[in-house]
Parts: sequence; structure tokens; C-alpha cells
Amino acid sequence: MKRHKETQSRYRVTGCCCAALMFFQDLSGAHSSVEPATPQAGRIANLWWVMFYVSVAVLALVTAALIYAVFRRRSAREQTAPVDLSPNTNRERKATRAAAVALAVTIAILFVLLGLSFTTGRAVSFLSNESPLEIKAVGHRWWWEFQYVDPVPSRGFITANELRLPQGRQIVLTLTSNDVIHSFWAPNLMGKKDLIPGQESRLIFRPEKQGVFRGQCAEFCGFQHAQMGFLVLVESDGDFSDWYNHESQQAVQPSNDSEKRGRQVFLSSTCVMCHTIGGTPANSNIGPPLTHLASRTSIAAATLTNSRENLAKWVTDSQKIKPGNRMPPNVLGPENLDDLLNYLTSLK
Amino acid sequence: MINERSKPGKAHIETATLDVERDRAELERSWETRPGFIGWLTTTNHKSIAIRYIVTAFIFFLFGGILAALMRIQLARPRSEFLGPDAYDQVFTVHGSTMMFLFAVPIMTALGLYFVPLMVGTRNVAFPKLNAFGYYVYLTGGILLYLGLLSNTGPDTGWFSYVPLSGPDFAPGKRVDIWAQMITFTEIAALVAAVEIIVTAFKMRAPGMSLNRIPLFVWAMVVTAFMIIFAMPAIMLASSMLATDRLTGVSTHFFNPAEGGDALLWQHLFWFFGHPEVYIIFIPGTGIVSTLIVTFARRIAFGYTALVLSLISTGFIGFGLWVHHMFATPLPQLGQSFFTGASIMIAIPSGVQIFCWIATLWLGKRLELKTPLLFVLGFVFTFVIGGLTGVMLGSAPLDLQVHDTFFVVAHLHYVLIGGAIFPLFGALYYWFPKWTGRLMNERLGKLNFWLMLIGFHLTFFPMHQLGIQGMPRRVYTYLPETGWGALNLLASIGAAVLTAGVIAFLINVFWSRRHGAPAGDNPWNSDTLEWATSSPPPSYNFLYIPTVRNRYPVWTVEPDTPVVAGLRTDVREALVTHTITAAPDHRYELPNSSIWPLVLAAATAVTFIGVIFTAWAIPIGAALTFIALVGWFWPNSEPAALEAERHRSLPTGDGLSLEQQT
Amino acid sequence: MREGILLFPRPARRSPPALRLRVVGMGALALLIFQAACKREERGFRVQPPSASAAEGSRMTDFQPGPRTPESPVKNEYEDNAYALSEGKRLFQEYNCSGCHFNGGGGIGPALMDDEWLYGDKPENIFETIVEGRPNGMPSFRGKVPDYQVWQLVAYVRSLSGQVGSNAAPGRSDHMQTSSPEQSRPRESPKLSGKPR
Repeated sequence: MKRHKETQSRYRVTGCCCAALMFFQDLSGAHSSVEPATPQAGRIANLWWVMFYVSVAVLALVTAALIYAVFRRRSAREQTAPVDLSPNTNRERKATRAAAVALAVTIAILFVLLGLSFTTGRAVSFLSNESPLEIKAVGHRWWWEFQYVDPVPSRGFITANELRLPQGRQIVLTLTSNDVIHSFWAPNLMGKKDLIPGQESRLIFRPEKQGVFRGQCAEFCGFQHAQMGFLVLVESDGDFSDWYNHESQQAVQPSNDSEKRGRQVFLSSTCVMCHTIGGTPANSNIGPPLTHLASRTSIAAATLTNSRENLAKWVTDSQKIKPGNRMPPNVLGPENLDDLLNYLTSLK
Repeated sequence: MINERSKPGKAHIETATLDVERDRAELERSWETRPGFIGWLTTTNHKSIAIRYIVTAFIFFLFGGILAALMRIQLARPRSEFLGPDAYDQVFTVHGSTMMFLFAVPIMTALGLYFVPLMVGTRNVAFPKLNAFGYYVYLTGGILLYLGLLSNTGPDTGWFSYVPLSGPDFAPGKRVDIWAQMITFTEIAALVAAVEIIVTAFKMRAPGMSLNRIPLFVWAMVVTAFMIIFAMPAIMLASSMLATDRLTGVSTHFFNPAEGGDALLWQHLFWFFGHPEVYIIFIPGTGIVSTLIVTFARRIAFGYTALVLSLISTGFIGFGLWVHHMFATPLPQLGQSFFTGASIMIAIPSGVQIFCWIATLWLGKRLELKTPLLFVLGFVFTFVIGGLTGVMLGSAPLDLQVHDTFFVVAHLHYVLIGGAIFPLFGALYYWFPKWTGRLMNERLGKLNFWLMLIGFHLTFFPMHQLGIQGMPRRVYTYLPETGWGALNLLASIGAAVLTAGVIAFLINVFWSRRHGAPAGDNPWNSDTLEWATSSPPPSYNFLYIPTVRNRYPVWTVEPDTPVVAGLRTDVREALVTHTITAAPDHRYELPNSSIWPLVLAAATAVTFIGVIFTAWAIPIGAALTFIALVGWFWPNSEPAALEAERHRSLPTGDGLSLEQQT
Repeated sequence: MREGILLFPRPARRSPPALRLRVVGMGALALLIFQAACKREERGFRVQPPSASAAEGSRMTDFQPGPRTPESPVKNEYEDNAYALSEGKRLFQEYNCSGCHFNGGGGIGPALMDDEWLYGDKPENIFETIVEGRPNGMPSFRGKVPDYQVWQLVAYVRSLSGQVGSNAAPGRSDHMQTSSPEQSRPRESPKLSGKPR
């Protein structure tokens, strides 16, 4: 929160500087590079502000010099000859000196920025000794698979499009792709990193602010690149371990007849070809796992809020919402759909 | 061969009476283009070819602009259903590819092809037939891309077509093949133009135009041409590898990790071309800016040597930055630091240039704020912003946040529109009288400038913030909850203003072509040699090849400034001079009009387009190319009598002399 | 007269009739090419299967009482469509067709890239094979795979033995190479086997 206030006051200073900078007054939100929730993103945001102010200053100086150069009052003597082929050597020498100074200042500024860039680069990739929470992220067209690797294999689990993290713990995210290149980017947490088929990359950060943050694929990956989003929920340690324990369980059993019929619909229709529900015969990994679907806040890769209504729209005609995605349209009778939705919304 | 004593300015200046009327009539006859459609297809005149290039490239610019407008309409509000993802992907890919490959590079090299021979004082480019070939190949590539777009086969993987998305597994159909072959076509054309520019600038300069007297625009074009020669092979290699990966019956595995290929290999190859490409587009812009600033400040360029050296060092450093497009890939941090250093270092030569320009303006005479100069001033302001955001993108950690977001979209448009299109529009206003003999309308010009400047900043400045706020690039839509709607709407409004500016330009061109004020030979009182001939120039450029005694030949021309006499006028002959001193070396007969460039281009087209569908196109195309090349190189039979006459007409000794016109 | 070059020399006033004919001819050719290209490149998202109902009427045998009723062959539009074929290829892997047929070479199930067809090589036969299943191991996917995806699989299965045009058939995949890509398969001439004709 302290950092937040600090940046706020910075905005105010900026706002007075120049009308054009008004744009930067409203850098807020759950997907902003300058509202860091980790020390790593904080270092980068600091670097951004340094570079931003340096740039504003340089731009102001250059523009001022340019305007003066153009509109400077010329003496009558300067107007006489049509062209100036042998300019006044004294003035030329002065100008040369001025240009040399400007160049020296430029180089000095660039060196400072280079140094800051190096130190920031080192700081954000620093791995401390404590044991990190390791999570594997796999990019699919067009959803995110998050594998929580547990020392006890049976306690590990896979979830989709929603990354939950404990506050204050170092996270090591291993990234790879199942098809084309994607890029994992949650601006509040850290810069982006590409998911490349056949390679593994790594992101290290430590979330220190609770909240919900939004991330998105940042490398063009086809039709639904635009809506390949995910949410990051940073929670207190207690909340996180509750969630973790719950996620490592199998799906809840249907509690009434309608839910039972819904499960039957699920298992006897196209759903079962792609999705997993733990504890049922559905165990395909083509689409996102639905074992604890109802505990997620969003569906369709952070595109729709997780409500019964949205789920109905998504199941029946997902191509209207996200054209080109891999979920086929499903023609279900109203009763079957109702049962299916009852079952899916029961999967806490 | 000429010897030392004929170094210009030193000795061997004869006074002779030149038969101006006879020489002019004979030059007219030997350089004329055949009338009619056939003449249009066979011409090898660099000015006709370059104008076609410029007009074609500008038409592609308008097409690319229309596509950009479609994108801005789509993004004006969240969840818009104007374009679906399929259409949007094709539109943004073709927009980027058009602007980079079919507009920016060709129009810049075309300016070079038009003005380098005129500025160095020669009659044509070094290899006129090759020049014509280059244009036809380029045109084929452009038509191919747009036929693709119109037949729903528009490439849809972005202008840098990353594998595996553009590979055979994830990009079915022929869309990416069309992209890859369009690249091959345009790169051949660019390489051809580069060769023309380098040889013309190094070997065909007017006597006395030693290296240190070459106009800054020509220097910029030379550096650009060298960069093309080193950068383009990388992309041609990459696009050919992509094409063979996809080609039926060949199916190589260059980019398939499972078979020992590598997806990152594409990125290295692409950006080894792709980053220098930015400078290939921007350096000619700096050449234009230097030319215009000197003209309008009415004084010599401040820091000529510094300007030339910064051009050259930009050319070198430009090849050491490509990895800053790949900071988000798993590369070692030490390696990334190196490229951060190089990316920040390239700001130094750019800074030098800006300081020299400001000093030239500062020390110059009172400036008349004519449209070309306005565009130059708009360039400096805009480009400085683009350069500063470039430094941010060069910093590896910060790049991780802004890479592949709208921040990058903003940056690249600041650099390319600010760095290339503003100077280009300035150049079009400046050289329009050279092409047509008429000035463009000033009031419309100013309207054009202000609309473009305001429209541009309205469109692209908000994108910086969108990027910082988390909006990735290449998204066909966004959710209302993201809060990106307002700034996107603002950007779309700006795009409309920008469009109005371009329309004002078009109106100005069409109006001024007929009704513009007659310009005379040198309307801006400029210093470079293209203004030492009529506007528009005759087919042979100069009646007599001029000689040069300093960097500002037109400003310092005297009644007794020597001209070159002794070049044959009954055939297309040009003067070849030494690379460094520009002392006359020998005479060189340039080829006449020829249909073979067109035939060879057609053979090339059959090969490259055919190969999209079948590997058999390669042997068939090779046979056709062979036939075309035989025709191309078939010796012209010259009657023995004429040959003998040619030897007789050589004055004793060197055969060339610098003569004072009396 | 100003001295200068004529940038765009005036063309001949009228084009001769032969030229006009050629222009018309080339226009028609271009239209044909365009039509083929559009068909090949379309990306259909909210699709209706080509002719789902047509398959219902297909016969298990040619042996009929009375004179033979002429067949009306089903045209699977997806065979000309590169996107549908590539979707078919993806589904072939994802729905684990490869689990038995491997990459078309056969193993647990019969090979799909040769010229032998147990239950017919026509699109409607293959559609039925997938939807209804066949004795001796081929499961029935009725209700589990939407019709349009079945048709995509049908098109892809036929591409395995070179039955679809090489311009639309999939290229090599980004995996270990097991056989030549579908687009460069030789076209087998299908024959029925294992079943009396």
C-alpha cells in the first residue's frame, strides 16, 4: 500500500508537468505494470519511472532547443547573403562545443540507464535460498494449464486459468508450451516470459500484496490470442493451504438426482472427450480440467465470470463468444442442459 | 584510361566550343524510350522505374492504411463484432507486411534510385536492366499478397510469422506460403536496388565529387544499401526455410524441435534482418532530413563528417541489437545484457545527428516554414519520443513488461511514422516540382501536415499507456472490464484525423499536378546536383556531366565551372570514376531498353509462385530463367563500321576532357 | 515544349479484340482460382456438418433385392478445406485414434494409409464407421463427437491414403516424423477387402 501511495503522489507531480502526461495519471487496475504486487515488478516499475522522467526531461530540452533554433531572431546581417558557405568560425566553434557537451551528457545519461538496467536485471532474476513453491504452467491454444507439483505425488493437482499463490512465498514458475509459442504475462507480478515448445523457461517472483490480478497471453498464438487470459489470486497462507488441500481432492459426488443425471449427461456426451473431472471416468487433458470448476471465479480463460448463465452460454455456443476456440457447440435438450449445469455448478 | 593529370581542379582543362544543339538532339535520340505500351514495358530509364516504384509503393501505403483503419474501427470499443479473429488476423498481418515490405523499404530505395544518379551527376543507374527487373519482381510480390488477401488467403500469423504458429502444423492452407514468397520477391527487389545504389554512388560520380563531397542523402542511401545487402539474405534464408518446411514433397524440419530443428532459430534469423530493417527504413529518412535542413537553413551542414560517421556507425551497430526482440525467450542473462548495451549505444549516433540538425537550423538563416520543413520539424519531435521509448525497450528488465504490448506498437509507429513517413512526406513535397515542374499547394500542405501530426499523436500516444496497463498487441478484441476502452476510442479518433491528413495529401497531389505554381528549375534554391538540370529532368539527366569542386555544387556554380565533354552521345554512354577521388576513369556503355527484365521477372514469378503448390516449379522455373538469361545476355550485334568509327572518334590519350563551355 | 521524359507513355487508343478476349479469359481463370482458394482457406467456426443426414442412408452392402438403386455419393466439402483437414488431424491425435491406428500405419486397428478398406472408402462409409463403430474393436463415437468433427476426421482419414488434394492436405507435423506428410502421400486406389462384394 505504501508503494501505491508513493506512485500516486508521483502521478500528481507528473500531471502538473505537461498536459500530455495526463495519460499516465490513471495507471491503475489489476493488470498494470506500474502497480507492482511483487518486489520484482516493483524494481521494474522503478526503472520505468526513472526512464520516464529522464525521457520527459530529454524531450523537453530537445524540443526547446529545436523551437529556439527555428524561431530565433536573426540579425539583419544574417539575412544578407542568399546562402551561407563560409560561416563565422567563432560561432561554429561555439556550436561544436555545445554539441560536444550535449553528446557527453547523452552518453552519461545512457550509461546511468545502462547501469540501472543491469542492476534491475540481476535483482529480478535473483533466486533466494528458501524453498520455493514450484508451479508448472503449460500453454494450450487457448487456455492455461497450471500444475501444482507436490512432493507427495498424490497431492499434486492440475488446474486451469486460475493461479492461486500464497502471499510472501517465493514462486518459481516453469513455463512450457503444448503447441505454439505463448507468453505468460501478469504485469503486476513480473514481466513476461515466453512458453516455447521444446524448451523450458522460468519466472521467479514473490507476491507480497494480496489481491486478484489479471494476466494474459502476450505472444500472438492464433484466433483466441486476444482472450487467452488468466487470473492470479494472491491469498494469505491459511487461505491458500485450505484451497490447496481442497484442490488435491477428487470432485464432489453429485448430491441429488438432477446432479446425477447431469453427470450422466457429461459422461455420455462430447464433454467427456476433452475434460477431466477427478474421480469420474472423464480424464482427458485436451481441455481445462473441471474437477473444481465451481471454485473458480471465471470461465473461458478469464473471459466470463463463472455464473450459471455464462456457463450455459458457453456450453451451448462457445463459438459465438470466442470464435475459433476448440470447444464445439453442444446441442442439448433443455432438461439435459439444466441437469448438466446443476452438476457443473456443484463441483466446488 | 585517364591518368593522374586529369584530376579535376588541377589541370587539363581545355576550352572548346560545344555544339550544344547537336549534342542535345543526339542525346534525345539515343536515350529516348520507345513510345507506346511496349516502350513502357521495356524502359530502363531509372527515373521512369523509380517513379513507378514510388507510385506503386504509395498505393500499397494506402492499402495498408485502409487495413489499419479497419483495425482501429474494430478496436474502437470493447467486444466489437466488426471483424472476427480470422479476418482481423489477416488484416493486421497484411497491414504490417505491406508497410514494411511493400511500402517503407521500396519507397525509400525508389527515392534513392531516382535521386542518386541525379545527385552524383550521371545519366542512369549502373545496371539499368537489373533495375527494371527489380521493379517487376517487387510488383509481383505485392500483387501476390493482395490477391491472397482478396481470396481469403491472406497471411494470418503476424508480420514476423513466428514458427511454429506459421509452420505446417499450425498454419494450414497456403496463407503463410504466400507471405513467405512475397518476402522472397520483395527482398530480391531490395537487393537489386541496393546493388544499383552502391555501384552508382561509388563508381559513377561526377568528376571531383570525392568521397568527402558526396551529398548526405547519397551517403544515407549508400549506408542503407549496405545494410540491405547484409540483412536481407537472413530473411530470404528464413523465409525459404519456412517455405521448404511447408512445401509439399519437401517438408524439411528446420523449425521442428522434435526432429532437431529449433523454433528460436526462426526468431534469430528473422530479427537479424528485422532490426536492421528498421534502420533500412529510417536512415534514408535521415538523409532526407539532412538535405531539407541544409536547403532551408541556407547554410552548409553543421558537422558533415559527424553526420556521415553516425550514419555508418548506425549501420554497424544496427546489426548488434536483434536479441532485444527476444528478451522474453529463455536466453542467458549475460547475453541479454550485451544486447541491452548495444541497444542503448545506438542512441548515441542518433543523438549526434539530432544535435547536428538542430545546430544547422540554429546557425542557419531565417527559416521559411514551408511544408517540407514542417514535416522535418515534426520528424525531430516525434522521432525523439520514439528513440527514448526505444531506450526503454532496449533495457532487458523493462522490456519484459512492455514487450509485445501496445507500448511496442506505439514505439514502432513513433519510430517508423516519425522517423520515415514524416521525412518521406517532406521529401514528396520537396521533390514534387522535380518530378512535375510544379510546386504543391502550400495551404493544403500545411493542413496536411497539421492533420497528420495531430492525428498521429492522438492515435499512438495513448497506446503507450495501454501497453503499460496490460494490453497485449495483436488482440482482435478486449473485454469491457479491462478499462482500455476510452484510450482505444481516442486512438481510433486519432486514426480518423490521420486519414484526413493523407486524403489532404492526395488532393494536393492531384490538384497540383495540373494547377500547381510552375516551379522553375530550382524552386528551393537547393545545393545538390539534381537541381542542376531541368524539372522534370530529360531522359539523359544532364546535357554535359557536371564537375564538382565542393560539397555544394549548385550554390557554387560559376560561369567557368567545367563540364565533361567527349562522352559519346550517339549511344548510351556514362562516365565511370574512381571510388575515392572521383577522377574520371573510363567510359561505359549502358544498355538500351530491353524486354528481358520483364521476361526474367515473369520466370522468377512462375518459380516462386509455383513453388507454393508444387516442387516441380523449381525445375520448370529454372528452365524458364535460363531462357530469359540467355536473352538478357545475348550480345548486341554492332556493325563493324560503327565499331571502327567509335575507335576513331576517341581523342588521343584518355578520350575524355573537362571543357569549359564557351 | 518542356524538356523531359514521358513517365507514362500513352498506350494505344484501343486494345485489339484478341487482347480483350485474353483479358476476359484471364478474368475467368482468376475467378476459378479465387473460388478454389476461398474454399481451401475458409475457417468455419460455427459450422453445420456438410451432409450429416446423407450418411444415414448409406448401405452396408451392395447386395440388394431387385435392381441396384443408384448411389448418390456424399460430397464431403471438408476435403477441399485445409483448416478442416488440419482440425481432423488434430482430433485424430487428441481423440486417440492414433492409439489403435497409430499415425495411419495401423497396429491394433487396421492401417489407414494403404489401399485396403474393410468397410468402404467413401466418406459416408467412414462416417458410419466412426459413428456406429465396427465389430472387432472399432468403438462407436455416437454422441461423443459432434458431427462436424466426424466429417473433419473423415476428410483427414481419407487424406492419409492420398485421397484428397495435396494443396489442402496437412503438411508435416511438429513431432517425430513417422511417415511422409499427408500432403505428399501417393494416391492409393482403394479396394474393398475382407468382405464379399
